[in-house]
Amino acid sequence: MPADSALVAGMRQGSEDALAQLYDRYSPLVYSVALRVLGDTGAAEDLLQEVFMQLWRKPSLFDSSRGSLGSWLAVISRNRAIDVLRKRKPETDVSDVIVAVERDLAGEADRNRVMEKVRGLLGGMPSTQKAALEMAYFEGLSHSEISAKTGEPLGTIKTRIRTGLMALRKAFET
Amino acid sequence: MSGHEQFADDLALHALGVLSGDERVALEKHLEECASCRRELESLRGDMALLAMSTAGPRPPARSRQRLLDAAKREPRRVEEKTAHPWWLPLPWIATGVLALILIFMSLQNAGLRRQVASMQRDVAGQQVELQKAREVVATLTASDAMRVTLVAAKAPPQPQGKAIYVRDRSSLIFLASNMPPVPSDKMYELWLIPTTGAPIPAGLFKPDAHGSATVINPPLPANVEAKAFAITVEPEAGSTTPTMPIVMVGAGE
Repeated sequence: MPADSALVAGMRQGSEDALAQLYDRYSPLVYSVALRVLGDTGAAEDLLQEVFMQLWRKPSLFDSSRGSLGSWLAVISRNRAIDVLRKRKPETDVSDVIVAVERDLAGEADRNRVMEKVRGLLGGMPSTQKAALEMAYFEGLSHSEISAKTGEPLGTIKTRIRTGLMALRKAFET
Repeated sequence: MSGHEQFADDLALHALGVLSGDERVALEKHLEECASCRRELESLRGDMALLAMSTAGPRPPARSRQRLLDAAKREPRRVEEKTAHPWWLPLPWIATGVLALILIFMSLQNAGLRRQVASMQRDVAGQQVELQKAREVVATLTASDAMRVTLVAAKAPPQPQGKAIYVRDRSSLIFLASNMPPVPSDKMYELWLIPTTGAPIPAGLFKPDAHGSATVINPPLPANVEAKAFAITVEPEAGSTTPTMPIVMVGAGE
């Protein structure tokens, strides 16, 4: 199985096959994130096209020294999906998105293992914390909006979101 | 953790793209200066990627793959344009160049300063030699145990003599006297500078030693006074502002 970096290098040379292989590897991740955020298969499919065409046009947008391709695609797909959901122009230049994680998600087995573990962790979180985290992540709601929706103090919401993310990190550090 | 607890919660919100208003402005300002918080932001994005993994499951429709490849065919890859580098990318090179220029400038200046110091050291050495000679002359002239001999015409008794050496531009005066008769204990000899115009100017008090010798070295004098003559009178110990007659010795410039 060729490494992500080799496929990105292939795309730089104009290899459609490299693009196809990267699509096969990461399209389920990009699509499922988009679908979860947008709740619409057509919109999720459009976003999938947009993300991969962006990478095809300019492979240098992804800098392999700045993290793994799978993690980077997950983050920029989620961010773009939130932009679409909130009907706003992209807020961040994707080339500025640095994802400090070396986790290799190239293999399907790796991705499935991570998925199971994250789902397990989310399932074990207090429901209020999980709700705050998911509202911020999948709905793009600000802490003020979540606070207004749940009636809980702003500071509490902020802390729940941060500690939720930290709990995920900690689980994968051990 | 960054250690900057006040920004910890806001960093998580910023990673999620949901921080706005003043809080966002304040955090972005802080991020410009804080590498530790920038790293934490990147780590939080890594955490976000994990959260995305929880959604894995649904696969895109099969047609999506062909749609993408068709689109890619319509936009064949060109040799990728050079990445637009951020404006600040050349700054380290510019800074290096500026530093190199500063270094060269400082080296040249340093060499110049070294030459200047060497020249000053040579001047100081020369001045020390001159000073030593001057000291020896003054020491000889003013030594209490110096043998002072005034040569006069044979068979003539020794006469009181005074020698004034005056440099107007420096207001410098050296006066040497020999064979001076003693003065009463409450009296002093007073040397006068007689200018070409105006009243005589006091130029120092002296009392001869047992051998009749005396010196006056650089008494306080007004600047740049042209002297017509020098004269000596006998005055009270405290000195006078105008000469008391008679003049006991006088000499005009040669």
